[in-house]
Amino acid sequence: MELLEAFVLTVITAATPLLLAATGELVTERAGVLNLGVEGMMLAGAVCAFAAAVTTGSPTLGILAAMVAGVTMAAIFAFFALFLVTNQVATGLALTLFGLGVSGMLGASFVGEPGVKLAAIHLPGLSELPLVGRILFGQDPLVYVSFIILLGVSFLLKRSHIGLVVRAVGDNHHSAHALGYNVLMIRVAAVLFGGLCAGLGGAYLSLVYTPQWTEGMTAGRGWIAVALVVFSSWIPGRLLVGAYLFGAVTLLQFHLQAVGVPIPSQFLSALPYAATVIVLVVISRNRRLLRTHTPAMLGSTFVPDK
Amino acid sequence: MKKYLVAALTAFGLSITPAAAEQLKVGFIYVGPQNDGGWTQRHDIGRQAIEAEFGDKIETVFIESVPEADSTRVIERMARGGAKLIFTTSFGFMDPTLEVAKKFPDVKFEHATGYKRTENVSTYSSRFYEGRYVIGKIAGKMSKTGVAGYIASYPIPEVIRGINAFLLGAQSVNPDFKLKVVWVNTWFDPAKEADAAKALFDQGVDIMTQHTDSPAPLQIAQERGLHGFGQANDQIKFAPGAQYTAIIDNWSPYYIARTKAVLDGNWVAADTWGGMDTGMVEMAPLTNLPDDVKAMAEETMRLIKSKELHPFTGPIAKQDGSEVAAAGVVMDDGALAGMNFYVKGVDDKLPQ
Repeated sequence: MELLEAFVLTVITAATPLLLAATGELVTERAGVLNLGVEGMMLAGAVCAFAAAVTTGSPTLGILAAMVAGVTMAAIFAFFALFLVTNQVATGLALTLFGLGVSGMLGASFVGEPGVKLAAIHLPGLSELPLVGRILFGQDPLVYVSFIILLGVSFLLKRSHIGLVVRAVGDNHHSAHALGYNVLMIRVAAVLFGGLCAGLGGAYLSLVYTPQWTEGMTAGRGWIAVALVVFSSWIPGRLLVGAYLFGAVTLLQFHLQAVGVPIPSQFLSALPYAATVIVLVVISRNRRLLRTHTPAMLGSTFVPDK
Repeated sequence: MKKYLVAALTAFGLSITPAAAEQLKVGFIYVGPQNDGGWTQRHDIGRQAIEAEFGDKIETVFIESVPEADSTRVIERMARGGAKLIFTTSFGFMDPTLEVAKKFPDVKFEHATGYKRTENVSTYSSRFYEGRYVIGKIAGKMSKTGVAGYIASYPIPEVIRGINAFLLGAQSVNPDFKLKVVWVNTWFDPAKEADAAKALFDQGVDIMTQHTDSPAPLQIAQERGLHGFGQANDQIKFAPGAQYTAIIDNWSPYYIARTKAVLDGNWVAADTWGGMDTGMVEMAPLTNLPDDVKAMAEETMRLIKSKELHPFTGPIAKQDGSEVAAAGVVMDDGALAGMNFYVKGVDDKLPQ
């Protein structure tokens, strides 16, 4: 049982940055914008969180800095892709490259410095409960934030007027425009929200996961977040399943190796990706379901009539 | 006018023989970021050392974070850019280096940790396994569970040799010592390395060592109140209470010697494998250790340096019990260079 508890604890750590970044990207995409710059925004968030936390000694300020950094990066994307109507795929890729470079430059003086770790919360009594205590009541604040954001997004998209408008913009921007909604502004807001979440995901890496800064430390997690959105078929609930499944399979393969299960490690390394592909195939067998949730305007540009 | 044209063209990366042709351009290809706090940073310190040594006589250029699979293009661009001596500093750059070297016979290449050489390709490496043997002995003394965790990158001889040397060292003080190995199939992914460390600690190991490039595993050891070793660089800052010592790569003496050879015009392709005696393998200060273990580690280093002790001295047996070296027999460099088996006591099946 102890091993199970330890396993769940490590899975939460592995899944949280993915969940944060993917939730933001989901909102962006539901508004019809494909931002492939998640990796770059996460890196910007990670470096700013680390720098602010080390300089001030406060992880909270680090988290704030990461949010600002993520939003700033997203604003750059919004300016080019939405106002100057550049190709979204190319702009997103450029944003990732830009994030990689600029974070490396900003972080150069912080490499090799130990970081400040965001402490886990501790509720006397509750956190000491056997088995569930640490899992439910002993996480760091960002884990709870990731759940709150996900629940909020899920509720708002499905049940609120704002959510309906965001979906309308993503599914048919001409109709939304004709109805009098400001398509561009709604998309800008969605993109900025995506940046905010990606920044938080980056902060999680440099403040909790591995409190250090090294160039390119996201190591492709931004891309996994983008893939998870497709995996979830743009439904927040499935995003949660996807992120935790990915985290669990990642950890499981290390445990299997440590136990000495005679399966080639290269195969085990590929397992999280293989599991994702298999689930994708299973989901996409139900075509009707997949289609209804793919934002129809995903990646297409919109220029309002003058 | 021509001068400006040349300047403009060179600025765009086009190959024009520079006016100051006397200056030797030395290039470096890095697998990770220049300041990763580990492997690549140690190579970059070597690069800075030759700059300090030769000053205006040379110019250095480097390209960092080069993916091994896509390195041919990058190495070729560096050769076209006028570099006359190029160090490619990761095992995976081996075939790309040879491929480019064939096209540029007048450029000298130096490939780290590889084994393929031609007229203009040298190979060089450090006998890291000497350091691995020392930390293995420390682990054998300090581990309470008698099991250590080892985070490994890729199943290449270099890494396997390190695993075996570590275990032989540990078994020299505790014959029943066991080792759990986890392959992460990457040189650098801090989060993944941290995950592997957590999985190993959860499985009951109490000492961690790794053949990957980030200090993440040590940070996890620190968090759990357990211990580990730094890799490639002194990582004590990340884990002041957890690091026993670290194996430090010191490439500076080699880089200076090879650059000097090119400047003097007497460079020839060779294979260099330097150990503690040459200064290419160093150890970080021994910390968090009781005095008797410290003394044992220091004595081991002294014996290795003076060549009185070779880590791969028999009796050595493979996992299945078959003998590879009889008692008192030292395995030769050829056998070490191509090592592709685990010694007895590794709790893992070697990936093929």
